[in-house]
Amino acid sequence: MKKLISIIFLLYIAYQLFVVFYAIPFGTDEVRSKVGKFYLEHSPKDLQVANTVTSIVVNFRGFDTLGEVTVLFLASTALGSILFRRREVHTRLSHLRTSVEASSIVRVTGRILFPMIVLLGAYVFIHGHLTPGGGFQGGVIIATGFLFLLLAYRQFTIDHKTIMWVESLAGITFAGIGLVGIFMGKTFLENFLGVGKLNELISGGIIPLIYIAVGFKVAAELTGILDTILLISITVDETENQTEKNG
Amino acid sequence: MDNLQILKIAFYGASISLIIVGLYAVITKRNLIKIVLGLSIMDNGLNLLFITIGFVNNGTAPIFSPLVMEKYKTVEAASQVMVDPVVQALVLTAIVIGFGVTAVALALVLRLYRHHNTTNIDEIRNLKW
Amino acid sequence: MSTILTILVVIGAIVLIAAALFAVHKRDLVVATVATSVISLVLSLFYFLLQAPDVALTEAAIGVALTTIIFIVTIRNTKRFED
Repeated sequence: MKKLISIIFLLYIAYQLFVVFYAIPFGTDEVRSKVGKFYLEHSPKDLQVANTVTSIVVNFRGFDTLGEVTVLFLASTALGSILFRRREVHTRLSHLRTSVEASSIVRVTGRILFPMIVLLGAYVFIHGHLTPGGGFQGGVIIATGFLFLLLAYRQFTIDHKTIMWVESLAGITFAGIGLVGIFMGKTFLENFLGVGKLNELISGGIIPLIYIAVGFKVAAELTGILDTILLISITVDETENQTEKNG
Repeated sequence: MDNLQILKIAFYGASISLIIVGLYAVITKRNLIKIVLGLSIMDNGLNLLFITIGFVNNGTAPIFSPLVMEKYKTVEAASQVMVDPVVQALVLTAIVIGFGVTAVALALVLRLYRHHNTTNIDEIRNLKW
Repeated sequence: MSTILTILVVIGAIVLIAAALFAVHKRDLVVATVATSVISLVLSLFYFLLQAPDVALTEAAIGVALTTIIFIVTIRNTKRFED
């Protein structure tokens, strides 16, 4: 009965939503916002950046991105504090990953593919202002490479101190570049470097620098999240084994 | 019906049904992991809705690559055929934040399971700590 | 968009809705998680067709790889079947 009522209710919401969005023009030129047209005209002219999405994320709405990276940092910190009650559990278990080894195909492929995945990620975030991609995508790709190694080698550990350092340095770089804009007598995150020429690797002023910092930060944060959540599975295995031995 | 109208119904229909199916899972399911799964499906539907609103038929991606500049010569002519970049920038950040939200929600589920030894939301409510 | 792409989009939309219903209905949570990763895969194709390559790249990496793995690790540490 409860399910039936909720289904009728949801179908009504779906119908109303569909009617509203069906009335909006789709696929024509009038659908584009004025601010979108402004960005499209000013990104290649003023900033000489080919990828307009990158120039919006890093330059026009750079403050927004700083907040977003902070939210991601909070998520990775909260994950650690929710899952681990004591610090010593974390350090005691980090050398215990020898229970089950993956098959040799996975291990060899992981060893060969890992440098290529990291290279692809670095390529994606260095060329973020020229081709599709950027710091977020590149960082996620690098985290996928680390995930591959974590799955293939059970004794592979990630030093959380290194991750913390990389993350903090990248964050300081982002905020520091923003503060330099203030010291130059302009606003926070002002593009103070020369913009160069359209479709060249060194163009767009501070945009590639910030996106490289964002790439390192996102890669470190997501690797930390994955390592924490995979470590917890090993914790549960170990406690299960111990209770079986005792009982 | 022409192509554009079919595309409109397909994209809007797909995104709205994803949102509604996700909402159904959140309302009626009693398993915590299923609820987080429903939230993730809702997230995907909303992202597709945003991208669909910014689409321009026969347009190109908002990137002034050498090939595009060669075809249209000037920046003004090229920007006339490009899709809206603002929604793409918004959705780009929304996807990454959505992953962070899912990870924290699953960590809370794991913690609740360790405390109560169940993922059923009704049983957890009945236990009263 | 051309007629062939329109047909592709209609098929993709049907797959999307079917996978979402399957994921919500199925009692085995691992199968449901794999169905959501199918949703992400089709969505990644949709974003590419809607001229958003940046978003397609992000969705392919996050939705298919990372979200699936954290769900599967959580299911492994809790109960596999919904009751």
